Amino acid sequence: MDFDFAAEQPKLVQLLIGVAAFLVVVAVILLLVDRAPMRRRAWSHATILLLPALALLGIGLVVPAVRTTLLSFMSGDGRDWVGLDNYAWMFTQPEALTVLRNTLIWVLLVPLLVTTVGLVYAVLVDRTRFEPVAKSLVFLPMAISFVGAGIIWRFVYAYRADDQDQIGLLNQLVVSMGGQPQQWLQEPPLNTLFLIVVMVWIQAGFATVVLSAAIKGIPAEIIEAARLDGASPVQMFFRVTLPSIRSAVIVVLVTQSIGTLKLFDIVRTMTGGQFDTSVIANEMYNQAFRYGETGKGAALAVFLFVLVTPIVIYQIRQRREVR
Amino acid sequence: MTTLTETVARTRAVTAPQRVRRRLTSRVASAVAIVIAVLWTTPTFGLLLSSLRPEDQIKSTGWWTFFSDPQLTLENYQEVLFGTSSSSGQMMSFLINSIVITIPSVLLPLALSTFAAYALAWLPFRGREWIYIGVFALQIVPLQMALVPLLSFFSQGVEVFGLQVLPGWELEGSARFVQVWFAHTCFALPLGIFLIHNFMAELPGDLMEAARVDGATHGTILRKLVLPLVGPALATFGIFQFLWVWNDLLVALIFAGGTAETAPMTVRLAQMAGTKGNEWQRLTSGAFVSVVIPLAVFLSMQRYFVRGLLAGSVKG
Repeated sequence: MDFDFAAEQPKLVQLLIGVAAFLVVVAVILLLVDRAPMRRRAWSHATILLLPALALLGIGLVVPAVRTTLLSFMSGDGRDWVGLDNYAWMFTQPEALTVLRNTLIWVLLVPLLVTTVGLVYAVLVDRTRFEPVAKSLVFLPMAISFVGAGIIWRFVYAYRADDQDQIGLLNQLVVSMGGQPQQWLQEPPLNTLFLIVVMVWIQAGFATVVLSAAIKGIPAEIIEAARLDGASPVQMFFRVTLPSIRSAVIVVLVTQSIGTLKLFDIVRTMTGGQFDTSVIANEMYNQAFRYGETGKGAALAVFLFVLVTPIVIYQIRQRREVR
Repeated sequence: MTTLTETVARTRAVTAPQRVRRRLTSRVASAVAIVIAVLWTTPTFGLLLSSLRPEDQIKSTGWWTFFSDPQLTLENYQEVLFGTSSSSGQMMSFLINSIVITIPSVLLPLALSTFAAYALAWLPFRGREWIYIGVFALQIVPLQMALVPLLSFFSQGVEVFGLQVLPGWELEGSARFVQVWFAHTCFALPLGIFLIHNFMAELPGDLMEAARVDGATHGTILRKLVLPLVGPALATFGIFQFLWVWNDLLVALIFAGGTAETAPMTVRLAQMAGTKGNEWQRLTSGAFVSVVIPLAVFLSMQRYFVRGLLAGSVKG
């Protein structure tokens, strides 16, 4: 059990180098800005301050995005042009179609479930004594990595043959109600739903916080007026609360759709995309970085981009309206 | 006065038959709220409790057995953190990697975004609007679009029409951290610039003008005037970026590789879940180690996190 701390030293040296580099960059930029002549047109200042960020954006995002688009029309090794072959593969081959179907299930269910749970919870705990604690409890999973959450839930779904004690909570519940233990993650198509539960578990806190803030923003007069008119709690919810927080609900739906489309970690940690559970982002990783099929991976990435773009544009518009 | 008494009278009239019903619904409501809260905390609690149980018990009985047969040990943590055999977690190494990856990956985008946001918000130059819109639009690009070419940029350099323009970086050993920092910094900039710019643009223009009339340079204004004022925005972006980098799996898998030399804890946990899927004593304790630090940061800075969420900072 002797852990060799000395072997870790190069990392710490590297960290010091990194932090030193950071300090040098900041110092140089500030120094250059101080030295540059003050004029009304601030070209020199703007260049000094903007150039590092713009250069990194160019190298790290713009150029790669263009190259990925080109790669999606090329063969796996990136040498020959193959036209639309990669896209044809994506929309015709059964294994790729399963991936697209799963992604569709995810993107339909997750935003809906997250918003519903978050909204119900936010309304129920609103203005109660235990509100802060209650919200924190649901909110905590947001700090947990998808990988960590994946392990937490694999443990919940853990399976033991029915002659042994169950160690997974779900199977224990099933057994104690007289059922047979199941391999929850191995039986399509239900296993995708069990993965979706994990995502909902992580994201519900986000919905709760955003929607709860919106609920608190409803003018007190409106609530008071409705109450005086004798509205029941259910009527209050559908006639007053929901219409007043419509834009916040849309924000949650939209951000969840984007996040779900790009989802990778949960599927990778819990099933590795086996048993028909793969989604676009996971398949993209497999094709591009495990099977060496860069072309197919690139096509999947481009398709992801195409799916995300309209949602983001809608989100931007929506946000402008809210302002 | 009359309106008030009227109101009171009406309220009373309404509540008499409704009071019972309302109390009932509030009972149901509380019950539903409690069920949700329990559902949301039990899985994590089960993990924590399991990580503290002896190995043979974790593998043979459920964690709820603890309540009838309480046995706790720290041995799993000892083993997963400091064990030296390759089958143990070696998590300490990966924990250090996570720290080495995270610190520069938070600091660099924080500084570069601040500079860029200041230029875009307060420097008068032509094309400013267009650059801002361009940066903003980059938030659309999913990471997946950048991964393959960026990796080849690191390993093979830049080649244009068969001509080597830039050599590959050829990073070995712990120097590979540099490419992880680089990737995280690039991917963080659109959101960082956007968030900090929004906050900066709302500083009062008179204040800036006054400082400039007094002969302050942009460097001085940025350091002495703007930085203290945008502290909350920096904290918000900082905590987002911290959680993002610490919890990231995809970028680390591709740019940090999979060995104890540079890979962070998330990569190790994903490996363990794949190859040692039934070694629950290591998985539970390992997962809990990786979760504790972000939880602590998160709880102490929740205020900024919530503010960021409400300002619309969600990254892809």
